[in-house]
Amino acid sequence: MTGQFLRKMGALSAAAMALIPALATAQEEVGTAAGHPLPGQYHLQRSVTPIMDSITSFHDGILMWTISLIVVFVLALLVWIMFRYNAKRNPVPAGFTHNTLVEIVWTVLPVVILIIIAIPSFGVLSDQLTTPDGERKYLGANIFSFGEVEVPAPELTVKVTGVQWSWSYEYVDQGLFFDSFMLNEEDRAATKPGQPRLLAVDNELVVPVDTTVRVQVTADPTGVIHAFAVPSFGIKIDAVPGRLNETWFNARETGIYYGQCSELCGKDHAFMPIAVRVVTKEEFAAFIAAFEGGDYAAANATLVAVQ
Amino acid sequence: MADTTAHLEAHATGHDAASHHEPTGWRRWVYSTNHKDIGIMYLVFAIVAGIIGGLLSGVMRMELQEPGIQIFHGLAAMVYGVSGGEALDAGKNMYNVFTTAHALIMVFFVVMPATMGGFANYFAPLMIGAPDTAFPRINNIAFWLLPPAFILLLMSLFFEGAGGPGGLGFGGGWTVYPPLSTVGHSGPAMDFAILSLHVAGVSSILGAINLITTIFNMRAPGMTLHKMPLFAWSVLVTAFLLLLALPVLAGAITMLLTDRNFDTAFFDPAKGGDPVLFQHLFWFFGHPEVYIMILPGFGIISHIVSTFSRKPIFGYMAMAYAMVAIGFVGFVVWAHHMYTTGLSLDVQRYFVAATMVIAVPTGVKIFSWIATMWGGSITFKSPMLWAIGFIFLFTVGGVTGVVLANAGADRALHDTYYVVAHFHYVLSLGAVFSIFAAWYYWYPKMFGYMYNEFLAQLHFWVMFVGVNLIFFPQHFLGLAGMPRRYIDYPDAFGFFNRISSFGYYITFAAMLIFFYATWEASRKKRPAGDNPWGDGATTLEWTLSSPPPFHQFTTLPKIDSTNAH
Repeated sequence: MTGQFLRKMGALSAAAMALIPALATAQEEVGTAAGHPLPGQYHLQRSVTPIMDSITSFHDGILMWTISLIVVFVLALLVWIMFRYNAKRNPVPAGFTHNTLVEIVWTVLPVVILIIIAIPSFGVLSDQLTTPDGERKYLGANIFSFGEVEVPAPELTVKVTGVQWSWSYEYVDQGLFFDSFMLNEEDRAATKPGQPRLLAVDNELVVPVDTTVRVQVTADPTGVIHAFAVPSFGIKIDAVPGRLNETWFNARETGIYYGQCSELCGKDHAFMPIAVRVVTKEEFAAFIAAFEGGDYAAANATLVAVQ
Repeated sequence: MADTTAHLEAHATGHDAASHHEPTGWRRWVYSTNHKDIGIMYLVFAIVAGIIGGLLSGVMRMELQEPGIQIFHGLAAMVYGVSGGEALDAGKNMYNVFTTAHALIMVFFVVMPATMGGFANYFAPLMIGAPDTAFPRINNIAFWLLPPAFILLLMSLFFEGAGGPGGLGFGGGWTVYPPLSTVGHSGPAMDFAILSLHVAGVSSILGAINLITTIFNMRAPGMTLHKMPLFAWSVLVTAFLLLLALPVLAGAITMLLTDRNFDTAFFDPAKGGDPVLFQHLFWFFGHPEVYIMILPGFGIISHIVSTFSRKPIFGYMAMAYAMVAIGFVGFVVWAHHMYTTGLSLDVQRYFVAATMVIAVPTGVKIFSWIATMWGGSITFKSPMLWAIGFIFLFTVGGVTGVVLANAGADRALHDTYYVVAHFHYVLSLGAVFSIFAAWYYWYPKMFGYMYNEFLAQLHFWVMFVGVNLIFFPQHFLGLAGMPRRYIDYPDAFGFFNRISSFGYYITFAAMLIFFYATWEASRKKRPAGDNPWGDGATTLEWTLSSPPPFHQFTTLPKIDSTNAH
């Protein structure tokens, strides 16, 4: 029930903003399936995981409305004051300096608002940092529930290593690994012209749909810190040399989902994108089988070529 | 009553002091132990550094105006004499060097010198009825450490940093996270930057000691702490933050220095160190640092709002202790800058809760400013425009801070342009607006002349439009996922980046108006009088001549119970 309400509030936020004509025209493409930002996008990227569902509900349904109303309230007070208490209209200033009641109200009311924000906030956070065990229920879009979404325990573990300036991926249980580099403009035009500039990579990380994937993230032990982020999955975690961080996702739609390195790592920080290709479970099984028999290229050949 | 006597005495002593050995020429400035002269020097320094820091961001905004790399490879080719692919690499490095230098300059060499160096030095002693600061020679050395610190930072731009063709300067961000600041930049550029921060830090610590001692010991008879003007309160709290936070930074960057040069391994994971330890140390300093930049602004805004509403400050005690509370809580929220480093769930929960607490005293301040204006008789002179602009823009920056405080939501926004928009709203639009508010409020007092009111208001309106155009669209970019510190971005982010860059050009025009207005005021020499703001201006500086005599309050003003704050 509340989940539906929050989704409506979120949609309303987007609709309200689309009233700005310049934004509306820039926004034509929004709504179509895409795992990357769209021209003129002014809101969070499309969600395909229960975690990003909860972040979207929390941000669009609660935070956005709360902060907008506060700003409008403060602005309205300022405008009223400028109108009512300017020297012309109010030549003799009042002398009061205290009002215990309003002082209590403007201390207690923010506390109440913060507590209302904190309840879903803690839920959303706990979901993000708790790897599913198959038993625990997750909030999904309904952030005021006690958890309604079932998420299976991880069936696949991927280790991600940030390198200056590319990503290395390993299917840990299978012992298979490969590197992923951004495609330069020449190669992108030749091989994947349909993929966005600066996001298209040579080798995507391939994972199965509707499967919980455990992601272990670290960085080249002699290198620097990076951050692994995929907006549509609602994940972002630092790749720190000497540390093994963990996060997880469970994507419900096939497609390619892009992210970008999110911790300053030197000259080519802007040029080490993340591309996760979500395929059907059958396609993934064939992919892994071919990978075990050969290499990434052979495995990739089992999938429909990315245009 | 006390006001009038102080006034008369001030004029008399001004004349008296002038016949004493008042230094002239270069000695007056270089050897200065006078808090007002030192304050002016700080302000001039901040303006010079601000021009450099502002131009750096201009080049960045020009680069980001369109997708692709348009400016920096050419700039690198020009500066470093490299070409082709090497110029492109050098340009990418140079962009990071620019973002880093912009941040360090704005934080350490513009906002801090302007507020805690300039206005605090000049006006805190005047407001508490003190003849000068407690340690005038410390005041001198605190200022004169700053130019060498700034020169060290500028020199670092031209030394080898990351290495490779044109790999000059340090491009690891103002947060100087290792290993990017150790193995990532093995050249001496980083050592210059560390030394620069050390020297700037010593300067700030000395300044803080001086101001704390002054405020504790040199208040005029009758001025208890609870009668002290709020600007003096804000300076006192800020000085304590400086005193407690800066040594932690100094320790952290010293460890960085020894890791780099003497084979220690505080932050080197290969030898048992931990890069995340540095982040804890840095943000233990870094979070109080953002309050160091904004708290003096809080004090300034209180006086301006009260003066132009002709009404005493609403909820004085709550206002003073809200600043104390913000300063205190500011020390226990540092890891909200580190939600993605892999902190445990419990740790993140704590930092979410602690961070949200800050919204309460901040809300008290916003509402108390509004209540101060409520029922007032408001005139919209330029300082008041800047103050009202500050209240609105700081509110916008404050509420996005509440969004980011939630680790759950920060997951999507961390290290994106949403964060850039947030901290520019509270600093570039908050702290800087308070600096301009103070400039127009106290300009007649400091220089004795009145500026052209139309130009000052024009400056406000053009800048208000400009900075909002720069930073508001950056919220959208952040929500859509554009990471910060990127020289180039996917084409989808082009629309709002273009708007943001146009905003910069408008802001640039506003700065030209500011310089013209300042020049115009110095040429026209319109005498301002002792108190150009009327009966709303009740603090002690307005009882003195404009500019105040070289030494003021040789007979201390007495504060009786009727003229509190």
